[in-house]
Order: sequence, then C-alpha cells, then structure tokens
Amino acid sequence: MAEVSVQNVTKSFGSLKALNDVTMDFPNGGFFALLGPSGSGKTTLLRTIAGFIFADSGSIYIGDQSVENIPVEKRDIGMMFQNYALFPNMTVADNVGFGLRVRKVGAAEERRRVGEALELVQLGQLGDRKPHQLSGGQRQRVALARAIVTNPKVLLLDEPLSALDKSLRVDMQIELKRIQREIGITTIFVTHDQEEALTLSDKIGILRQGAMIQAGPPREVYNNPVDIFTAEFLGEANILTAQGGTALSSARADIKLPSGATEQSTLAVRPENMSISTSEPGGDAISKIPATLVRRIFAGAMATCVLENGGNTFKVIARDQDIPDLPEGGEIWLSWKPEHTMVVPNP
Amino acid sequence: MKGTYLAWVGKAWLGLILFFLYAPIIVMAFMSFNASQYYQLPFEFSLTWYEKLGQNTEILNAATRSVLIALTTTVIATTLGTAASLALFRFEFRGKRFLQVMLFPPIAIPWLITGTAMLIFFYGVGLGRGTPSVLIGHVALALPYVIVVVSARLATFDVTLEEAARSMGADSWTVTRRVTLPWIASGIIAGALFAFAVSFDQFVVSYFLSEPGDSTLPVLIYTSIRKGFTPEINAISTIIIVISMAVMLFAARFSNFGGER
Repeated sequence: MAEVSVQNVTKSFGSLKALNDVTMDFPNGGFFALLGPSGSGKTTLLRTIAGFIFADSGSIYIGDQSVENIPVEKRDIGMMFQNYALFPNMTVADNVGFGLRVRKVGAAEERRRVGEALELVQLGQLGDRKPHQLSGGQRQRVALARAIVTNPKVLLLDEPLSALDKSLRVDMQIELKRIQREIGITTIFVTHDQEEALTLSDKIGILRQGAMIQAGPPREVYNNPVDIFTAEFLGEANILTAQGGTALSSARADIKLPSGATEQSTLAVRPENMSISTSEPGGDAISKIPATLVRRIFAGAMATCVLENGGNTFKVIARDQDIPDLPEGGEIWLSWKPEHTMVVPNP
Repeated sequence: MKGTYLAWVGKAWLGLILFFLYAPIIVMAFMSFNASQYYQLPFEFSLTWYEKLGQNTEILNAATRSVLIALTTTVIATTLGTAASLALFRFEFRGKRFLQVMLFPPIAIPWLITGTAMLIFFYGVGLGRGTPSVLIGHVALALPYVIVVVSARLATFDVTLEEAARSMGADSWTVTRRVTLPWIASGIIAGALFAFAVSFDQFVVSYFLSEPGDSTLPVLIYTSIRKGFTPEINAISTIIIVISMAVMLFAARFSNFGGER
C-alpha cells in the first residue's frame, strides 16, 4: 500500500497532447476516480501511472519511489483491464496465481494465497474452471483477485465495470468498495460514468482534453463545479446565464445572487434542487422563475419536467408524487433555495 | 425444384474437380501395385516394386537426405518465422509495412526464377551448389509461409493479455513463453508443417542447388525418369503423396482452413 502522486505530467502523441501538465495526489488507502469523456486522457493517465506509457515530462511517485523510468513489471502494481484479460489457456487458480509464480513464492504459498484471494471475491469453489466457463461477473471477480493477490502498492482499474449490465454493475460497485475497504489498498479507477465516480470514490479527478480541470471529493466537485463543462458532466444542470438571459431579466423572476456572484456570473442549479408549484411561491428567501411546461416524463419513482422560459430550457427532477398536476402550456413557477445556486466561474 | 437442381450441379462440379485432382494420382498409386513393368492390364496385385525400392540404396539415401533437409528447414524456418511474426506484431519500426508487403512476392514468384536467382547468387558469393545452399534456399522459401500463418494466428491475439502479465511482474521473456506462445502454438505447428511440406516437395530449387550424387528425392526421381521409367518411381511417389497429404491435412487442422473449428 502506498500513496501515489502525479506531478506536472505531460505526454504527447504526435501533435496530440494526451496529458497536459496533470497533477493529482492519491493519498494512501483511498479510492479515486479519473473521470472524463472519451479522449480526455483519463486512460492515458492510468496507463502512465501503470508504466505502459512513459511521460514526456513530470514525475510520478508510488510510495516514496520515483517511477518515471521503471517499467510496468517492476512497479509492483495490480491492474484490472476493461475486458478482464484473463489468460484463456489457464484455470482460474492459475490465472490468479500467475503473479505469485512470477515472484517464485513456492507452490504451497501460492495455493494458500490464491485460495485467500478467491475467498475474498467469493469464488472459492471455482479455482479449477477455465475463464470461458465463467459468467461476466465471475470473470470480473477473478480479474480482481488476480490483481490484488500479490499485495501490490496500488490497484489500477481501467473501466472495470463497463462491460457488465446495469444491475450487475451496481452489485459489483458495492462489492468492489467492500473489498477495497477490507484490504485498504490505494485504488485508482478510470470511468466515463459520472454516477459510478460519485458513488465509489473518495476523490474524483475530472479530465478534459488532457488537462485535469478539477479534483476533489465527490460532494465538492458536484456542488462547486469549476466550469459549465464540469457542472454538466457531473450531472444535469440548469444554466442561468446572467448576460442576456431572458429568464433572469424577466421582470417577475427573482434570483438571489450568492455572495461573490455578480450580474455577469454564470449560475447553475441542479434539476433535483428545483421545485415546481402552480402559483407564485411566497417569501423573500427563495429564488424563483416563472415558466411554462413543455413535457412531463414519468420514470417510476422519479419524474422529469421539461420547462421553458424565454428560449431557455429547464429540467426539474423530483419524486413523481411531489409534482402537482400541471397544465401543459400553462404558467407555473420554479423555485429553489438560494444556497442551491451554484456560481460557475466563467472560462 | 430449382434449389435441388442447383445443389445437384454443385455436387457434380465438386465431383469433377476432385476427379481431375485425384485421378492421375490414383492411377499412379494403382500402378505401383501392378506386377507389369509396362502398365499392362489386367491388373495383377504385386509388391514387387516396393521390394525393389527397398533394395535401391540410391533412392533410400535420397529419401533420407530429403527428410533430414526438410526437418532442418522446418526447425530453422519456424524459429526465425515465429520470431519475425512476433517482432512485426509487437513493434513499430521504419519500413515495417514495406517488409510485410515484401513477404508475399516470394510466394508468388515462380520457383524456377527463384531457383535461377539463388543459383547465380550462391555462385556469386562463392558458396556454389551443395547441401548448405539447398538448406538456405529451402529456409528462404519456407519462411514467408511460416510468417503468414503465424501472423494470422497472432492477429487474433489480445495484446491486453501481455499487458496483464506484465502488470503482474512478468518480464518480456516470461510473457512470451507463458502467455503469447501458448496462444499461437497452433499457428506455429501449422507453419512448421507448411515449412516441412515446402522443403520436402521442393524440386526446382533443389535441382538447381544440389550437387550431382547429392540429390534430394524429387531431384533423383526426375533424373531417374529421364533414364527410363520404372514402377519403382510409382512406389516412392505413392509413399511421398501419402506422407505429404497426411502432413497437409494435419496442417489444415491447425490453421482453421474453411472457417473456425
């Protein structure tokens, strides 16, 4: 177990800057997500930490060891691949024991540790199977057992859950978190799924076009995004642009500006923080905008309402039972508590 | 019905092709068991020609030499070819595309021309004719086949398996031996069988490069026919055909001809 630190790492492929001066700390024992759209450099960063890619400049530390010039096989990492990369010609037990055989731990020791690792991922009985005899979820557990059996300093996961269907994915998220807590290994995983990143990690690093644009705990990045991209990438956001925004200039709208915001600031409100009423909400301590209903979308427990005001579209997400019956096309009111107004710095 | 009619035509067509392919061979094999030296019918079963063949040390020596050359060619061409395939698969280097494209013409260039070129070349470099030249020539002929077959198998290999092995601490030799080679083993075996077949059946290049009195089997057969045909040739040819067909069928089993097994 060790902390990982990436400092000012830059990597170019030809004219493409895959990583541009990326810095992020991964304290010991934490669970970290690298989040970004495809082509953002998140996988490149993970592979640079792993040692498959060597950075053009910058430094990487695993523990107190500087690893820039150390190849993958000497870095003492555990890695799980998107397609699991299980060796098809080996049994589950041989797959898991591969790293131990490379380290020449001896047959008895290998058997004991493989058994423990398979126990940890709840696959104790399947050691003799071949990978093609396993389900997707089981393969994933084998890949995880194989990645941690050597007690690596850091566990790297490349979109580990993306190949699973939704319900299995949620189960595996919980499982992954449990195992990570149990062995306390510093874990870095790459994902393009913002929900997964928010659910699992202690700290999220958000990348775009090779740059680390924000890093912090999930709540912090969700509630205080550094720009519109981050605000919209981490979840849906209703953007209230002060300049020329008719919603704001509407005479009956009343938006309480948070401290630090000016008339020119870009403001954003999460759809789940807005509520809908058929009459104008009273009281001064509330922000409100009149709007007309475009569409109401029922989705089981929750419902989404799409509303419109002067060319701006808003989304509101709430429990279906909390939304009153609404006249389509008729005027209704959106309101939210002033503390839910996020000030998004202009780029 | 149209479908039935078409199926019938297809079967007849296939039958004709097989007939043209195998009729001469079957006649020859048949005649090697015929007692008459002049192919006279009626057929009278006899193993005379096989017995005579057993006493013909010239033919047996040539056969032994052919087998030894073919085995040596197989070992060298398979080793070099597999290494080359791995290099082409793993590394990016200048001229890689050119090298890959240049692998195919030697398969298409007539052996007569290759043989002539090799003869001129070996005299030019002072090696001349003889077993070393034959061996080098055979390896050069067999190499593209091995590379093509092994590379085809490698193309189905998932590189993340190598990455996974490296992430677990395996150095590149261990990765190759434990992960890559087991995956491409079937391709290597198929390539080796191709190499053996190319060398063992080789006439033109061997004829150009071998010294008189030091011939391989196909060369000896050719020279004996010029002196006067004996059914002993039918006998040895039948044996070669049986061996070659067995080898090729075995190779086909490993190289997924006609789709996935």
